[in-house]
Amino acid sequence: MTDAAAAPYRFAPGVKFRFDDTRQAWIVLAPERLFMPDEHATEILKLIDGARTADAVIDDLAARFDAPRATIAADVLEMLQDLIDRGVLRR
Amino acid sequence: MTASAAALEPPLALLAELTHRCPLQCPYCSNPRALVTRAAELDIATWQRVLTEAAKLGVLQVHFSGGEPTARRDLLDLVRHAAGLGLYTNLITSGVQLDRARLAALADAGLDHIQLSFQDVDDAPGDAIAAYDGAQAKKRAVAALVVAQGLPLTANLVVHRRNLGRLAAMIDMAAGLGAARIEVAHAQYYGWALANRAALLPTRAQLEDADRVVDAARATLKGKVVIDYVTPDYYARRPKACMSGWGRRFINITPEGKALPCHAAETIPGIAFPFVTRESLSTIWQSSAAFARFRGTAWMPEPCRSCDQREVDWGGCRCQALALTGDATRTDPVCTLAPDHTLIEAALADPAREELTFRRFERV
Repeated sequence: MTDAAAAPYRFAPGVKFRFDDTRQAWIVLAPERLFMPDEHATEILKLIDGARTADAVIDDLAARFDAPRATIAADVLEMLQDLIDRGVLRR
Repeated sequence: MTASAAALEPPLALLAELTHRCPLQCPYCSNPRALVTRAAELDIATWQRVLTEAAKLGVLQVHFSGGEPTARRDLLDLVRHAAGLGLYTNLITSGVQLDRARLAALADAGLDHIQLSFQDVDDAPGDAIAAYDGAQAKKRAVAALVVAQGLPLTANLVVHRRNLGRLAAMIDMAAGLGAARIEVAHAQYYGWALANRAALLPTRAQLEDADRVVDAARATLKGKVVIDYVTPDYYARRPKACMSGWGRRFINITPEGKALPCHAAETIPGIAFPFVTRESLSTIWQSSAAFARFRGTAWMPEPCRSCDQREVDWGGCRCQALALTGDATRTDPVCTLAPDHTLIEAALADPAREELTFRRFERV
């Protein structure tokens, strides 16, 4: 049995996440869709590299933003699931 | 709110209609009734300049469309040019002229995504509505090649009165072919589709069934396939935010180089649409009278002008207002608050028709 929590996240095929100089904003480009993620989603998306798991993403954010891990874990997991449901991320 | 130049945001996307040539003859084609001939098409140097100007202007995505964009032999060079500029490149195609080698070359040129249209799930009605023998089988084969090539695939399922009963099977087919995104698109009633409206417009019962089919498929395919659903606005209470508002997000370039705020805008009389052969894209976006004509809310009549939805739906669709009322400045008749809404009610009450007018070049 694979441990779901240990599966890393990656961008779904056809999805690009890049900084747009014109708008000075991070943008998710996807098949016939694009959107500007809010600042929380942007910080999460910057950590998606095909290797980091949810735990690794949470650890990184907890350390950098000096926040209690438990406080942000639920938010991050919810946002990762939302990004999967919207076709932005895969695991 | 006025559409002052200072507040003007850059466009998000460019729809490049490379050609109106197409081997298919779908009677709901979004091209205008008056099609541009091959001799009048822009050359590659002009297209490359337009793409460069688009990227500079802030465009993020370019959709290569048509007609059938693969009918242009220089498509590969255009994709490579756009990808080199950092544009997200999308090919909107019927697929029937694609093969393994061309797909590999397109992927190598930097193509990001392919949208492949399907007219049905069964071969006979699919081929019949496209007026192209073998279209449906070719599309299935091309979908498999696209996926094998590693290119992300959207299956665009065009639906209407005649095939809505097979929507669930169409979605199953698209998911089975490996599409990561499915667009269920009800035909929109402009141009060719408007001429064929009585043969294509679904009944309310059909639409409600389709809504349930899409909901069920979204639940089943959640996390695996994204399903976008374009509804027929004739059954809506409020109009669609056509193109996300006139001159707000999109630029459409016709095969002969006319810049339009939407692909049907040429039907509107009294507007001199600018040509990319004469002006830069930034001048067209920022300064042309055509793009300013219905931008924002200042142009709006009542009931739009004082409506709390005016910056949600932007008054609906100008081309639809024109097509149905003869006046592009009126409120989109789809809105139940529109003075012309009875036109929609009358259309829904029209008796169904069987015969179709197929998309063809019409000699005048």
